[in-house]
Amino acid sequence: MNETQIQLDNITRTYQVGEEKVHALDNVNLRIEAGDYLSIMGPSGSGKSTLLNVIGLLDRPDTGNYFLNDTAVTSLTEEQQAKIRQQTIGFIFQSFHLVPRLTAAENIELPMLLAGIAPTERKQRVEKVLHNTGLSDRANHRPDQLSGGQRQRVAIARATIMQPQILLADEPTGNLDRKSGEEIIEVLETLNTQGISLLIVTHDPELGRRASREIKMIDGKIQSELHNKQSP
Amino acid sequence: MRIFDTLSFTWQALTFAKLRTSLMLLAMSIGVASVIVLTALGEGARLYVVDQFSSMGSNLLIVLPGRSETTGGANPSAFIGETPRDLTLDDAQAIKRIPSVKHLAPIVVGAAPISYAGLEREVPVFGSSQDMQHVIKMSVAQGQFLPETTFHSATPVCVIGATVKKELFKNARAIGQWLRIGDRRFRVIGVLASEGQSLGMDMDESVIIPVISAQTVFNSPSLFRILITTEDRDTLDKTKTKVLNLIKKRHQGEEDITVIRQDAILATFDNILKTLTMAVAGIAAISLAVAGILIMNVMLISVSQRTAEIGLFKAVGASPTLIKNLFMTEAIFLSLLGAFCGVIIGYLGTLGISQTFPDIQFITPWWAHISAVVVAVLTGVIFGILPAKRAAKLDPVEALYKR
Ligand SMILES: Nc1ncnc2c1ncn2[C@@H]1O[C@H](COP(=O)(O)OP(=O)(O)OP(=O)(O)O)[C@@H](O)[C@H]1O
Ligand SMILES: [Mg+2]
Repeated sequence: MNETQIQLDNITRTYQVGEEKVHALDNVNLRIEAGDYLSIMGPSGSGKSTLLNVIGLLDRPDTGNYFLNDTAVTSLTEEQQAKIRQQTIGFIFQSFHLVPRLTAAENIELPMLLAGIAPTERKQRVEKVLHNTGLSDRANHRPDQLSGGQRQRVAIARATIMQPQILLADEPTGNLDRKSGEEIIEVLETLNTQGISLLIVTHDPELGRRASREIKMIDGKIQSELHNKQSP
Repeated sequence: MRIFDTLSFTWQALTFAKLRTSLMLLAMSIGVASVIVLTALGEGARLYVVDQFSSMGSNLLIVLPGRSETTGGANPSAFIGETPRDLTLDDAQAIKRIPSVKHLAPIVVGAAPISYAGLEREVPVFGSSQDMQHVIKMSVAQGQFLPETTFHSATPVCVIGATVKKELFKNARAIGQWLRIGDRRFRVIGVLASEGQSLGMDMDESVIIPVISAQTVFNSPSLFRILITTEDRDTLDKTKTKVLNLIKKRHQGEEDITVIRQDAILATFDNILKTLTMAVAGIAAISLAVAGILIMNVMLISVSQRTAEIGLFKAVGASPTLIKNLFMTEAIFLSLLGAFCGVIIGYLGTLGISQTFPDIQFITPWWAHISAVVVAVLTGVIFGILPAKRAAKLDPVEALYKR
């Protein structure tokens, strides 16, 4: 059995909307092992993105404990959390979030630039990942010169360039047609087989079924979890 | 993040938003340029005045009739003061006997018609003595200055300014010719070298005759001024006291003259103009502050436009400090670049003004350069803090999921 990588104990995240309290996350308990493949499904507003953001240290829970690689990360400062995020977590968004003025290669390089990695190493790594993802001939294109599928592949390359342990993808195929969506999922699953933990939020039941652990959320709670045998 | 990467990243961000960047650069460089140009103007005016005074010796005493209001003070209005009790040639004669007096020139001034060969003009006529040449630094282009005689000898000779010579004699020889000044005739014995202005008196347009002759022409026994030089500056105050005492004795115990050290007037003007320069520079510095506020506003807009980008930076592991530093770098970079452009524009402006007014030397003092650049950068830092902090504090979830 693998090591526990992520452990959420009674995590709650509430938003105050006017008079009312909205429970984006309501007493969530979750354990994820290194290399797990989870899909998170559920109706809109059920707290899927919030769960991903809490795991990715972009959001702080109001109560509960979160252990990441046995470290209690909720009590860390923002600076310390940024460091962990930089080294262990990769984010992929529905709307890609590429920096418009930077080329594909520069977007992929960005996390390494911010981390202060030497230029020669950056260049090597970017070239390698461009080659692996078949984007070499798009290296100097800006985001607006790329197709949706290509943009998401650039975003995946950027999310993995720091070699994180966990990949958090929030509706990564939401803005893509069926075929490029399929391709993106394959890229992500390949990364998962190489050992990275993969969490995908999706509305597509077919995609959801591909994950070995299928989590269903409703009203900020994990309602059910299905274990699918047919791993990819 | 590495320093070089930070700089090139900033450069990329600035060149991407060309309009925004050039707007801020413009504001900053106008501020810096105006400090430089305005201080150059002030400093140029100061140097011009100092230069004007220096054309007269620095160990010069000016004796004028009437008691100065501010006793002993250097009052520029003394030059145009009233005349309560006359200073006479005999007073001048007496002062000249004080041992520490080196040169003494009694001065009478008035306007009189002069004519030669049917050409007539009205010009300032000075009555003085040979020493005038030494007291006010003047050089003679042709012939000689007034001869060394007693104050009371009315030799009918005159020295004319360069412009007077040109207008009355054209290219013909002036020396030896007879001029009519008022209703008397004078022989031209010298032509002054063209010097331009001296203390606001244009000697080029003037005629100089012996002092007693001038008194006859203007029909007045009084003197306008007595100019004295001493051997050196150390004896100025001693001589001043002696002159005051002597005239007091001669004027029935009444101290009814004023003696001014020329360098005191100079110092006063110098101070006034220095203060003026500083004030003007201060006003120009306000435009730097305005530029700073503009930078702040545009940076704030930039932060809100780049919300998603900042959120993404956080998602890929940028710490709040790093993001703050990135925006601070942008602000400082901008103000430095603006200051640099401003210095260049300021130089060109100063150059343009210098060429328009070649008589005056416009030089921006070194402190104005340094303080303009320092203030510009400080402005960038101070007004960059708020936007940078706002960027650092941005909630990444809201930034990334802007609905
Ligand atoms: N900044 C916020 N302020 C107030 N309420 C918020 C905020 N962010 C999220 N919420 C609320 O928290 C709940 C969970 O939101 P979340 O974005 O996690 O849902 P989701 O499952 O990702 O939905 P979707 O499928 O539409 O993306 C929702 O009810 C939402 O309205
Ligand atoms: Mg969502």
